[in-house]
Amino acid sequence: MFEPVILVTALINGLMFGAIYALVALGLTLIYGVLHIINFAHGALLMLAMYAVYFLFNLLGIDPYLALLLVIPSFFVLGYLLYRGIIGKLAHGQDQNILLITLGLSVIFENAALFFFKADTQTLNLDYAYEMIEIGPALVTLPKLISFGASIVIGLALWLLMAKTDLGKAIRAVAKERVGARLMGINVDHIFAVSYGIGIACLGAAACLLMPSFYVTPTIGHVFVIIAFTIVVLGGMGSFIGALVGGFIIGITESFGGLFLGESLGQIGIPLIFVLILLFRPTGLFGVKA
Amino acid sequence: MKNDNRTHQISRRKLLKASGASVVTASIGFPAILSAQSKSVKIGFIHPASGFLAYPGAQCRLGGQMAVEEINAAGGIRSIGAKLEAVLGDSQGKPEIGSAEVEKMAESGVNAFTGCYQSAVGLAASQAAAKYNLPFSIDVGVSDRLVSRGLKNVFRFADGYGRITQDAVNNLNEINKAAGSPANSAVIVHEESEFGSGTARLLSGRLKDTGWEIKDVIKHANPTRNFDNVALRIRSMKPDIIIPVNYPGEYILLARTLKQQRVPFMASYSVLGGGFNFKFMDELPEIAEHMIDVNHWYNPNSAKGREMRKKVEAKGKYFTFEVYCTYNSIRLLADAFERAGTTDPDAVNAALATSTLDPLMMPYGPTKMVNGQNMGSRAVSIQAQKVGGKVDAQVVYPNEFASAKAIFPRPA
Amino acid sequence: MNFQKPSWMILGTLILVLLPWILFSEFLISFAVIVLYSATIGHSWNILGGYAGQFSFGSVLFFGTGAYTSSVLQMNFGINPWIGLIAGILMGALVGAFVGFLSFRFGLRGSYFALITLAFAEAFRIIANTVEFTGAGMGIYIPLDQHPLNFQFEGRTGFYYVILALFLIATAITLKLENSRFGSRLKAIRENEDAAEALGINTFRLKMQAIMISGGIGASGGTFYAQYYLYIDPSIAYGVDKSVEMLLVSIIGGMGTVMGPFIGSLVLHLINEISRHFINAPGLSLVVYGVILVLIIGFLPKGLTGAFQSQKKVKRA
Repeated sequence: MFEPVILVTALINGLMFGAIYALVALGLTLIYGVLHIINFAHGALLMLAMYAVYFLFNLLGIDPYLALLLVIPSFFVLGYLLYRGIIGKLAHGQDQNILLITLGLSVIFENAALFFFKADTQTLNLDYAYEMIEIGPALVTLPKLISFGASIVIGLALWLLMAKTDLGKAIRAVAKERVGARLMGINVDHIFAVSYGIGIACLGAAACLLMPSFYVTPTIGHVFVIIAFTIVVLGGMGSFIGALVGGFIIGITESFGGLFLGESLGQIGIPLIFVLILLFRPTGLFGVKA
Repeated sequence: MKNDNRTHQISRRKLLKASGASVVTASIGFPAILSAQSKSVKIGFIHPASGFLAYPGAQCRLGGQMAVEEINAAGGIRSIGAKLEAVLGDSQGKPEIGSAEVEKMAESGVNAFTGCYQSAVGLAASQAAAKYNLPFSIDVGVSDRLVSRGLKNVFRFADGYGRITQDAVNNLNEINKAAGSPANSAVIVHEESEFGSGTARLLSGRLKDTGWEIKDVIKHANPTRNFDNVALRIRSMKPDIIIPVNYPGEYILLARTLKQQRVPFMASYSVLGGGFNFKFMDELPEIAEHMIDVNHWYNPNSAKGREMRKKVEAKGKYFTFEVYCTYNSIRLLADAFERAGTTDPDAVNAALATSTLDPLMMPYGPTKMVNGQNMGSRAVSIQAQKVGGKVDAQVVYPNEFASAKAIFPRPA
Repeated sequence: MNFQKPSWMILGTLILVLLPWILFSEFLISFAVIVLYSATIGHSWNILGGYAGQFSFGSVLFFGTGAYTSSVLQMNFGINPWIGLIAGILMGALVGAFVGFLSFRFGLRGSYFALITLAFAEAFRIIANTVEFTGAGMGIYIPLDQHPLNFQFEGRTGFYYVILALFLIATAITLKLENSRFGSRLKAIRENEDAAEALGINTFRLKMQAIMISGGIGASGGTFYAQYYLYIDPSIAYGVDKSVEMLLVSIIGGMGTVMGPFIGSLVLHLINEISRHFINAPGLSLVVYGVILVLIIGFLPKGLTGAFQSQKKVKRA
């Protein structure tokens, strides 16, 4: 039906876009893996980060890739404070409350953004966004290629953090056994907040890498949320490799789905994978069996 | 456990007392707050001020409020001796909230409505208004169902997609002919909901009737994050023309992707293109240049049109079609109130039905209402062209309103 | 004091029945309709989530199925929407059985169950967007034909009584559940499913029953919506917004209680209405809504009914 050239191109396109999905999912999988909460505010926080990138460029002339140095740490702080100050405090440890609080936060953020930034679709006009690199038969924009590389780098960095540092060990301890970790002298609340902060910092990175190719409006978060959840479940909650591989798989599925079933029905691949994974391997491809 | 059953129930008596009291005060206080004001002709604005269509909603409000200001500055509704008053409502993009707002406003003494940008909300809201027979002046909704339900209170000054697609096809054929008919195949890319699907279906049929080959009709999701594969498919089909019908975010993404993927085509000829406006041309000029759209648009040769554009841009806003469509929907109502000399709904609806409102800055024929639809309305073809270093919109067809000739096919 | 005495129930019901005569405002009757409608679909979530402890993020599945069933039957086959309502309820229960069977047979619990319901809702939305008989992306418009036999009424009052009936039925079901062995078994499953299983409770069958009831109730809300607003499309019928609304009203009101969905619905809609009334700036009223939401959850973790519960305890001491 389709020539091999088209199939290969679709594959490459899928990989490239999958990397962006993976970036969004990386933060979510950490938050889910450690805190066991479904972070409803994930999309809204991505949106805020994207606005930050937009304003840094338009008001201060800072290139989005340079902005990484600013956005990542500041969103870490934002995430930390959000958890420490609001989520952790108000949730009283109940999972469904955390869910609703993050939901409430997303309503607040989206509408505050609407109020302050208005609803216009905002884009960045960067010259290098039109530089195309040839990868086989496919033409890939420079920003997409950079995102691809960056997602792997960030995924690796996160993995190193978890595996090799003391902080990482503490996070893993807390994720596995909350009470025991506390008994070992680990400040669990602090660790929770740090984990949430890292997760949100990932969103900051995702935003910097996404803005050159995309656009932002107050409701842009919705566009990525379900996909992010699917990837987290597919890859395995708490697994960064899983988020990367999951992102690529979803990207490719979406690409081929669109090619064979049309862009509208082609979307079915995503919930289908979601359902199948949940039924047959709920812990995900790389998740640890409970 | 303990006395779970009992303690889980709140004091029912307390609840009923509290809600009973608030309900009674509400039925006196709530809507009445609005009617406590001085005598004025109140027009309810029902637009999506929040949610994903908040931008067009804000633009609609802007246009409507400008109309109210101007009319009041000229003396308001002189035959009634009252000024116009805009009562702002947020539909939040949902039919249920839009119609609830209508009810609230109707009970607080609003005399007419304008809205709703979205056809789905417009349908529900105008139906709610029909119960009170209050005039409802549709500003932007393009679904033809809006004016085909036999409701005596619904009017639309602008066009519906039935006639817009007709104009689109006619204009395209004329533009093509003027260039020697180089194009004869097209691909339509549309968003999946009623707006996109309905328009695409009509376009496809009409184009085929006039001899075009429709290579494909590509439906895409709302929202779509990535058009790489769509670009791929289009490139393999090699159509002469691409016809997008979608909302701003996707419109821009698609246009960008087509350029990035170096997809060759003679023209992008969108119909009701969501993102085709001055903002697009300002921010992404290299992409916008030479794109053509068929849409509600003002007559660039009219003094009033130019003046209004300046005024809006002086406020730091863009002169998008929502602004003047709502502006005109208010003019339509004001004119009817003036001629009726009363706010009585029956009289106003009758006045609306016989309206001969001056199109003013719109490229329309004379106003004539048939079943609530203004038959004089028309959509025009606009192209983004570079004028003195800046990319600006020029009306390129029909000739009587054109401000420039179409550049078709676009230069290689 | 036992607040589930029949006398209180009767008083409450009486007031609701007489409400259109007490409120002399179409707008307030409209408001009451929305509150009761939200409460009804809230009941759907509450039975599965509040009582059986199976949190669903995709309850809109039942709502949309009900809406589409009655609308498709009406537009494509000319079947009366009242019959469509019954058909919708059956379809809702069937869809519940389908999702429940897969999820429960494969042992999905907690957030896994929540996520799979979300996935199913998304899948249905995409399918509804594609197949012709649901009108695909165009959705289904139901022509205006106001006559009680058509399940369309001229004023709000007719619709009010229909939704009141649906709400009362859902409340009665929940009440029956609260006081029955079925209900206490569901609660046992909620508290500790493994222990319940060990005690010999057939958790699979009970959860299936709960999800089917949930499905039927949710579907009834869907048909009502379709007849009230006369338009549905895939994002209205299967969009995640309604799922959130269904769980929100129940949790805020107090999940696992009979009055929870009603109270949650009333309070949330009042907040929305009041903040919209006083704040005109776009977005700001919803910011206020979000803040209040967060505060309610933060300070009343058991929901609003829980607040009164702790008040009671304090009084006794």
